[in-house]
This record gives sequence, C-alpha cells and structure tokens, in this order.
Amino acid sequence: MTVPRFWREQQSRYNLVGSHCKTCGNYYYPIRNLCPECRRDGDMEQYKFKGTGKIVTCTVTHTTSDEFNDLVPYALAIVELDEGAKLTTQIVDEPEKVAIGKRVHSVFRKLGSDGDSGIIYYGTKFELDKE
Amino acid sequence: MREVAIVGAKTTEFGELWEKSLRDIVVEAGVGAIEDAGISGEDIDMMYVGNMSGGKFIEQEHLGALIADYSGLAKGLNVPSTRVEAACASGGLALRQAIQAVASGYSNVAIAAGAEKMTDIDGSGVTDALAAAADREWEGIQGATFPGIYAMIAKLHMAQYGTTSEQLAAVAVKNHENGMNNPIAQFKSKLTIEQVLKSIMVSDPLHILDCSPVSDGAAAVIVVPADEAHKYTDTPIYIKASAQASDTIALHDRRDITTLDASVAAGKRAYEMAGLTPKDINFVEVHDCFTIAEICAIEDLGFFEKGKGGPASLAGETALNAKISVNPSGGLKSTGHPVGATGVKQAVEAVHQLRGEAGKRQVNGAKYGMTHNVGGSGATAVVHIFSNER
Repeated sequence: MTVPRFWREQQSRYNLVGSHCKTCGNYYYPIRNLCPECRRDGDMEQYKFKGTGKIVTCTVTHTTSDEFNDLVPYALAIVELDEGAKLTTQIVDEPEKVAIGKRVHSVFRKLGSDGDSGIIYYGTKFELDKE
Repeated sequence: MREVAIVGAKTTEFGELWEKSLRDIVVEAGVGAIEDAGISGEDIDMMYVGNMSGGKFIEQEHLGALIADYSGLAKGLNVPSTRVEAACASGGLALRQAIQAVASGYSNVAIAAGAEKMTDIDGSGVTDALAAAADREWEGIQGATFPGIYAMIAKLHMAQYGTTSEQLAAVAVKNHENGMNNPIAQFKSKLTIEQVLKSIMVSDPLHILDCSPVSDGAAAVIVVPADEAHKYTDTPIYIKASAQASDTIALHDRRDITTLDASVAAGKRAYEMAGLTPKDINFVEVHDCFTIAEICAIEDLGFFEKGKGGPASLAGETALNAKISVNPSGGLKSTGHPVGATGVKQAVEAVHQLRGEAGKRQVNGAKYGMTHNVGGSGATAVVHIFSNER
C-alpha cells in the first residue's frame, strides 16, 4: 500500500474514528461521508469509538498470503462495537481462547509493512478482556 | 423487451491447464459455442467476457479487445467486446449483459464468455488476488483471506443453527459424486466425509477439502432473440429470468452474517420474473466456493428453511434427483472454480441438463434450472432461470 493511501485513513486506523449519523443515530466504521441509511438526508459527524465490544463470529486462519505468513495461526473476528458498528479485526490473543460472545477492547498494533525497508503500517487490532 | 434464448454452449476442461493461456481457453470455449449454435463468427455482433482479475493473475487488462482479437472478430469485423468484472460473479454478469443486449434490441447475436487463468502465479498470489474481492482496506488489511471470511460465516451458522463439520463435508462429498460424471471436472474423484474432516485446516472450521480449487477454464454461450432461436437449433434454452443484486462489500456490514441478502434479493426477483417458486425448480447450480456457501445458498434461494441447509445436505436431499438436485455439474468444488468462468459454466450446465444431454449426471425430466453466481462474500449475486419450454 502506498504512503498516501494508508496515511489518508490514519484517523480511522490509529484512533478508531468512524461516523455517526445525527439523523438516524447509526454509527459506522470507518468514516463514511454518506449515511447508507439516510443518504442525502443524513447528517454525518466524525466519532471516536470507545473501542469496546464483543465477538460476533471468528476463525483461526492457518493458510494465508505471504504478507501474513509470519502470523499463522492467527485469530480473525468480526467485532460489534458497543455503539453498534461492526468491523473485521485480528484478535491478538492465543487463537484457542477466541470465541463468539467474548468481550474485547482495541489495542494499537503493527498491521504490516512494505518489505524490509518500506514503511511500517500501524493500526487497531483487538484483544480479549481479562476474565 | 424481447424474450431471449441460448442456442450454443461450451465449456473447456477445467483444471491446471499449464499448456494453455487465457486467450487459448477463451477462444476454445467461444469457438465451441459458435459451432454448437451452427453459426459463423461473423454473425456475432456483441461480445462480453467475464473475468475477475486478469491484471493480477496474468498482468493483462483490456481483455475485451484481446479476446475479440484472438477470436478473429477484431480486425476487419470490429465487433464490440466488453470485459465485465464482479469478482467471482463476473461470468454470471457477462451472461446478464448479453441477455440485456439482446432483449433490448441492441444485439441480435451476442456471445457471453467467462474465463480465468489462475495457475500462472503462485498460491500466495492467488490468495491475495482473491482477497481483492473483499474490502481491501478494512478486511484484507487485517489478514482476512477469502476462506477466512467464509469461515466466519460458517462459524456463526454453526453457533446459530447447530450446523456441523460433517454437514459441511457432505456438500463436498455430494459435489464430487456428481463431478465424477462430468467430463470437464477438475476432480473426478470420490470423496468421503472422513477425508474432508481429516484434510488440513485452512481457516477453522473450513478444511482444504471444504474449499473450491484454484483452476483455469473458460465457458461461452450464444444468446439470441427467442423468436429467432429455432433458426439456429431445435433445442433452444429459454431465459426465464435474469436477476442481480448488491450488498455491502464487507461481510461485517451485512444485516445478517449468515444470510447473503444479495442472493435472497436476486432469487426473489428471478422467481417473480419467471412466475415460478422454488418448488418448480428441478435443479440449481449454486456458488459453492466453500461448502458453507452451498448451505447458505440453498437456504437463501428458498429451497430449505434458514438453518436447515446443513441437515438437508447430510440427509442427501440435495443429491442428484433427490428433493432438489443441487450442483449436478459437481459445483465449484469438484468441477473447479476459474473465478470469471464459473457463472457462464453454470449456464452451460443448465443448457446440457435442459437439453437432456448430461449423461450420467442427468436430472430426470428437467424443465426449469437455476444458476446462482456470487461475487466476493455476497456483495454481488446473479441468478438466472432457464427452461426448455418457452
């Protein structure tokens, strides 16, 4: 991914900023300029999510592309944030502990890099709450 | 709007076709369809080619022109040719474009082809190219592969409806059973539930044998106005419905993660257009890119209640000539899944079935057949209904 392509989404990636529609009350992640529910009647403002939520569904990936090979096996999940928006994220715990319904919170992590000398991408992943 | 029929159909062999290039296979399918229709290339006035990712797989774009060129329809004849892309639904969409072109009167003889050459890059490259069918910025960047995304559908389907790994495996076993009788199939081998369950885990709960393979292949059909179909053949296959629907690109934004609303919507539109219900359909070619996808499809298209697709599959209700024949061709699992070709290959199978020329995999008394082609994890769905009666 080129620098500008990654950089322009920094707010969403680093700080979990999305959108809140003042018309319908729905929350979206990442930032959307048009409310998919209200379209032109929508009134979108940026919103920083609390970063807490629960696992809706999950998987442990064993086979992947070169970019993620160092991480296998890794847990991947769809998390529903407490405000209602959902997103896809890695869960940075031991994969066997990851399960549907468990509570999670956001953490700042490395997402990837452009080879050995390229830029390193950072962003948000999630981890399980302490039980 | 004019009624439309298919008068020629051909699929190449599917598999790892090392000795053939993309242009070789698409020309092979196209010429086969033209011969089947008993027409000449000069009769064709419109071309569509469904292809997901020539750019990634063979570093070649501008496939419409390339295909027209190598079909001998570019220089001199200058036939318009358009490449159509909707990830794994590219083929179904190419067919739909051809149908719309003929129905509208813009074209009198259109060819719809689908083609993909996936084995010219390594496995990691294929995984990455396919991941582009999902949301690269908000799914792919987190390491979500395609099996990973469908695995999350499967995991939730299991939690909500009690679907089991055995039920998933039964889909692969049944499709291999059908594919053994399909000359073009990539895997003509028998499979057992135990073999599926013991195969390596790709993305829990999906084993490698729950996944459709990486394949090369092409397919093509000739589309003409129904009023003129008998000019070309005694056995035209009529298009009773052509429907398409969209949903969110990312799985996490769907209304319900275990329902492909695009399939539901395209299915409903197709039934309405044809004036039919699921009970009228004799066979359906569904998009089983993963075993869970077939279970979702037979539920979403109304053949089984939501949550009942797994038990029905294990009980054999989807086998050839059972309650509803699902994937008589062997589906994507056994026939192979050259992504852009699949949607057209499904139509070719429907033609063979409805002409009664499917041999050992023939659906008895087939009158209405449906095809269901999905792009990504369900962001695009294309559904067609065919019949041998006008």
